[in-house]
Amino acid sequence: MPSDWQPVINDFKAVVPRVDFWSLRLVCDETETLSVREGVVQPPSLAQSRGAHISFVDRGGAAYAATSALTREGLRAACEQALAWLEVSRRHALIDAGRMPRPERPGRYASAVQTPWQAWSLAEKLELLQGINRELKIDEAIVDWQAHLSRRQTDVTLLTSDEVSIEQAFHYIVPGFSAVANKGAQTQMRSGGGWGSARQGGLEQLAGFGFPDRARQVAEEAVALVEARECPATTADVLLMPSQMMLQIHESIGHPLELDRILGDERNYAGTSFVTLDMFGSYRYGSELLNITFDPTLAQEMASYDFDDEGTPADRVHLIRDGMLLRPLGGAVSQSRAGLDGVANARASDWNRPAIDRMANLNLEPGTSSLDELIGSIEYGVLMDTNRSWSIDDSRNKFQFGCELGRVIENGELKGLVRNPNYRGISATFWRNLAGVGDAGSFEVWGTPNCGKGEPNQMIQVGHASPACVFRDVEIFGGD
Amino acid sequence: MEGYFRQLADTLCAALPAGEVLLLNYRGEDSDFVRLNLNRIRQAGNVRQQTLYLDLIAAGREAAAVMPISGGLGDDLARAQALLGRLREQLPLLPEDPHLNYATEVHNSTRRGDNRLPAAGEALEALMAAAHGLDLVGVWAGGEMSHGFANSLGQFNWHSAYSFNLDWSIYRAGDTAVKQNYAGFAWDGDFLAEKIACARETLALLGHQPRQLKPGKYRVFLTPSALYELMQMVSWGGFGLKSHRTAQTPLLGMVREGLTLHTDVTVTENHAAGPGPRFTRAGFIKPDSVGLIERGEYRQCLANRRSAREYGVPVNCGSEHPQSLEIGGGQLHQDEVFTALDTGLYISNLWYCNFSDRNHCRITGMTRFACLWVEQGRPVAPVNVMRFDESIYHILGDRLEGLTREHEHILDTGSYEWRSDASARLPGALVNDFTFTL
Repeated sequence: MPSDWQPVINDFKAVVPRVDFWSLRLVCDETETLSVREGVVQPPSLAQSRGAHISFVDRGGAAYAATSALTREGLRAACEQALAWLEVSRRHALIDAGRMPRPERPGRYASAVQTPWQAWSLAEKLELLQGINRELKIDEAIVDWQAHLSRRQTDVTLLTSDEVSIEQAFHYIVPGFSAVANKGAQTQMRSGGGWGSARQGGLEQLAGFGFPDRARQVAEEAVALVEARECPATTADVLLMPSQMMLQIHESIGHPLELDRILGDERNYAGTSFVTLDMFGSYRYGSELLNITFDPTLAQEMASYDFDDEGTPADRVHLIRDGMLLRPLGGAVSQSRAGLDGVANARASDWNRPAIDRMANLNLEPGTSSLDELIGSIEYGVLMDTNRSWSIDDSRNKFQFGCELGRVIENGELKGLVRNPNYRGISATFWRNLAGVGDAGSFEVWGTPNCGKGEPNQMIQVGHASPACVFRDVEIFGGD
Repeated sequence: MEGYFRQLADTLCAALPAGEVLLLNYRGEDSDFVRLNLNRIRQAGNVRQQTLYLDLIAAGREAAAVMPISGGLGDDLARAQALLGRLREQLPLLPEDPHLNYATEVHNSTRRGDNRLPAAGEALEALMAAAHGLDLVGVWAGGEMSHGFANSLGQFNWHSAYSFNLDWSIYRAGDTAVKQNYAGFAWDGDFLAEKIACARETLALLGHQPRQLKPGKYRVFLTPSALYELMQMVSWGGFGLKSHRTAQTPLLGMVREGLTLHTDVTVTENHAAGPGPRFTRAGFIKPDSVGLIERGEYRQCLANRRSAREYGVPVNCGSEHPQSLEIGGGQLHQDEVFTALDTGLYISNLWYCNFSDRNHCRITGMTRFACLWVEQGRPVAPVNVMRFDESIYHILGDRLEGLTREHEHILDTGSYEWRSDASARLPGALVNDFTFTL
């Protein structure tokens, strides 16, 4: 726990009113970002955030107040705000908050960091980014190129009126680079090095993203894509690499299984779900090759933790086993509302937002096929790599996704590049056409720091790990 | 907080060594957020957040920091000075920044909003009473938002506004619902009650057997809300100078191949009409408006401070993503929309748009909420959600049949980290041969 939290805790305890239950979630966050674009060092930034989220439960009502004003007066004002909303809530509450589970077990968690950010000097890190920039600018056709590297440290302390104390310290590394190639009115972007993703840990995680080693390949592929033919428009097999599988899992398994969506909380914004409460335990979500886990234990994955933000201990469990749907992504409150077992996934994006059901780490477990065997199993299809476009209906059923790079597969062999590879389908049937799951050799840890949901809106980091997978009979197409 | 920010700025700027320039920005929010489900309160609370942004500049180099404001002057100054110390250590390690750009002419301004908001609890009570018996789900977001700028050259700007944004849907069954919104700066309880009454009428229509359309091309009317979703996509790199000069704009065809939109289409970034501040984070004052597309032809780009320096043009925005987009109205009267549509799809809302072919500004997305099938000028049934995939060059180009004369002023409901102060003024659009794919 940051050392300067204790006076804040003391001040809070001095002003907190008598209620049935209170919790205090203190969040301290520091993010440092370095970026070089087209060989120009962008102004480095150092962003700090610090605040308190106060929750009250009293006589069936519940309310919160969040504040960055961490003086005794600021905390007192926040308590008064929460009390005022408690009165309104009590008269019109959707749920009886007094009957909701409360944190019981104290604990601590910290990300594993082998090479801390400070191990490399600012000059070394900037030179690394400059070097990547030089590797990216390989051709006149490259019209924009950039590399960035960030670290984020988030300390979360949860205290309750029941004397439960949970302290968790997260360290993230956020790398990436991209190259944009253009010829006439045709522009193609290729990214790598973890672009759009992140991992828990320190600088040792960079190599796993191919940072910086894949920079030249990324630039070469961007240039090649400009001249590549369009992805064919047909029905064929697709081989989705882990950098696209993460999006496929996220949109068409993760969101539909969120229990608060199923319970209707998100219908005005993020949407509802084609999954209904009666499906758990009996619905075939996919082929027998489909095994999906909620796994907060992979150290380097973005949403690994020991407790969610409601203080529920987190464990690895199967949500889908051998294709059968078993349990939803619902935290303690949602579980109580639905009468279903769920997982510890009630999470808040920051101190200024309340916890809601989020995805955390949602992984597709490896199968038994090597990548070569997956390719060899395809008579005609397209390999698709790295998500760049995502769209799905509010029930999370009809989807259309696009990737940065496609590669035709004919008679079990990889052939030439195709640009603008897109595919569309329906979640409820797509996963039943899962025909091949890669083994540990193609298993990669991805995720996104930008999963959006909730009212007020919350952007949060989620992890998705998967091997490459083959799907049969998918509608694919390219650009105009 | 205006006085507090001025005190912080004065103290920090006074302590600045010679040769350094300091840019300070303040952002504050005191908002209530109340979530509703089944016309009851799911989550209710208040968020008070105040943040100070520091940009330290010396010898042609810049480094930036952000910190929370706790409200204790001594603590806040100590934290700011500590951060400036860290930035001061970084600056000599950076190369000179060729795109460094900040306002050097002093333009002071103050705009303090009046608080004409109702007590949020009372507004919620009125909403729930009006929607009694209905399955209403949504959110109330309201309160004060404020922005400040100060620099060591003596400039000071302040902008504050009190606003609310009540956004809700009323469900009939499954995913069939009426989507509504009431946002603004002063509350009118009768207006809210009328909207809910109108929703009750539409709900009756939604009870009809929904139509399942086959993929194909249909005549459609896009409401301003639906057009807003499409323009959010076009705005993703569509109008920024950097994205144009690096060939990443989805409107590349307009600047490289001479493609045009319909001559009725004029798109403007109307800074003067937006609820946000007129000053940028580097102290520049935005012009009243920037003409982006005029009568179907591409005109100017939005240039932020770094792009402006890089490409040698004036700064005309804070963000190269439009914050107060406006499309000029056409000739179609709002009350003639169904007649003009004749037979086709009335699209009230679109959802989850993204590019399927960025080079051709081709966008895919879903219909959502109360989209209605219209026959001979009369809405007859709801339509199950459909996926579209269509280019803006068709939607606002060769297949555009008309824009409504009337505009809708849309206040963005976004609240990631902060409540948004973006907005748009848009007409509805009548479009022929709009492509649905799934």
